[in-house]
Amino acid sequence: MSRVHVTCTINGDPVEFLCDGGQTLLDALRDEVGLTGAKEGCGTGDCGTCSVVMDGRLLCSCLVLAAEAEGSIVSTVEGMADGDDLHPLQQCFLEGAALQCGICTPGFLIAAKALLDRNPDPTETEVRYGLAGNLCRCTGYDKIVRSVMDAAKKINAGTGDHH
Amino acid sequence: MRYASPTTVAEAVDLLGSEPQARVYAGATDLIPQIRSGRPEPTVMVDLKHIARLCAIADSETSFTVGAAAPTADVCAHAGLVVAFPGLVEASSLIGSDQIQNRSSWGGNLANASPAADTPPSLVANHARVVIAGPGGERTVGVEEVAIGPGQTSMSPGEFIVEFELDRPPARTADAYLRMTPRTEMDIAVVGAAARVTLDAEGRVTEATITLGAVAPTVVRAADAETALVGNEPADDVLDRVEAAASAVADPIDDKRGTVAYRRKVAGVLARRAVVIAAQRAAEPQRGRGGQQ
Repeated sequence: MSRVHVTCTINGDPVEFLCDGGQTLLDALRDEVGLTGAKEGCGTGDCGTCSVVMDGRLLCSCLVLAAEAEGSIVSTVEGMADGDDLHPLQQCFLEGAALQCGICTPGFLIAAKALLDRNPDPTETEVRYGLAGNLCRCTGYDKIVRSVMDAAKKINAGTGDHH
Repeated sequence: MRYASPTTVAEAVDLLGSEPQARVYAGATDLIPQIRSGRPEPTVMVDLKHIARLCAIADSETSFTVGAAAPTADVCAHAGLVVAFPGLVEASSLIGSDQIQNRSSWGGNLANASPAADTPPSLVANHARVVIAGPGGERTVGVEEVAIGPGQTSMSPGEFIVEFELDRPPARTADAYLRMTPRTEMDIAVVGAAARVTLDAEGRVTEATITLGAVAPTVVRAADAETALVGNEPADDVLDRVEAAASAVADPIDDKRGTVAYRRKVAGVLARRAVVIAAQRAAEPQRGRGGQQ
């Protein structure tokens, strides 16, 4: 069966890849494009470890077909830092010890960035609901939530390089 | 599996006609997990999101039209729908996380025919209709006619839902939806209850629709509860009868999420509370004019 040729923009770079019709965007990012930040936890849209943003929408890439990415703009965790300068969320996760094993971290960072892009000054409750689609089995969430709140403060105060 | 993205309803109908094992999808939030869990693989995954009608949300002076594939995130952000159907929007917002909200749709929620689906009880309570396209053209039926059992619909092979139609509610009318889940987020209804009521100028209920989800193979309409309500103010003695009638019509199963006795009890409690919320909303001054906001 002929493979599907997809042309899209990933983290600002033009990217072309071939995929199978039934292949998920997650599998194509990992296996065809070589971006392994998004990960498969459940494969059913429950854990959020595969979170990416496509055309401005936060999605579980395990529930998106790669062929749907044709012509789209995709953002993954690999595009968050500016060279060696970490995004304020990444810096706050490090400083706040918001990760242990790290498997869920790319998904949390992408979901948290999508949340702050939409709602720059969220309450703790809004952060908890906004990240309800991301599961962490190590930290117990408090450190993640606090780190997102810290990052929001940093960005809003202009002390974080927001991009 | 092949991937296809038709751009018109006619193109999708033709494709389904020539590929009997093709499956349509919008967000695939149910379909991909089903395939992964061992359901037969479709030969073609037909992405309906490139058909403009399937994603559009439009309103007129008399009605709303919502594309079957429009993400529930868009439904919840639509100012007109939020004002006209607060309960239906609540039901829509309860489906999954932000990630899922960007993919889930009324069409998928209805066509998947899960007894625990959140939006069908509210769609039925608001007398929503669906436009279904197929080899014979388009036909319009009530939402309550689509699901006929768990995972089963009345649609023929080759048919799919194009859009939903909702009349603007009359004056002093509002709806509400409540569901019981063990967790506050990311869970499936143990019981869902939708109510829509219309009040007269004195605060008496003139029309009522009360529906239950997750307590039978399909959405159940609590007709006796509606009868108990109509003609009365929603006072405690009336609400006691509404609650009892809603519990009586529930015919749930025992499963890991709840027992029969628990679901029956909760069905009555939620129906009662949904009626109270809907009536409070219906009495809001801005609903006095009906239709127009």
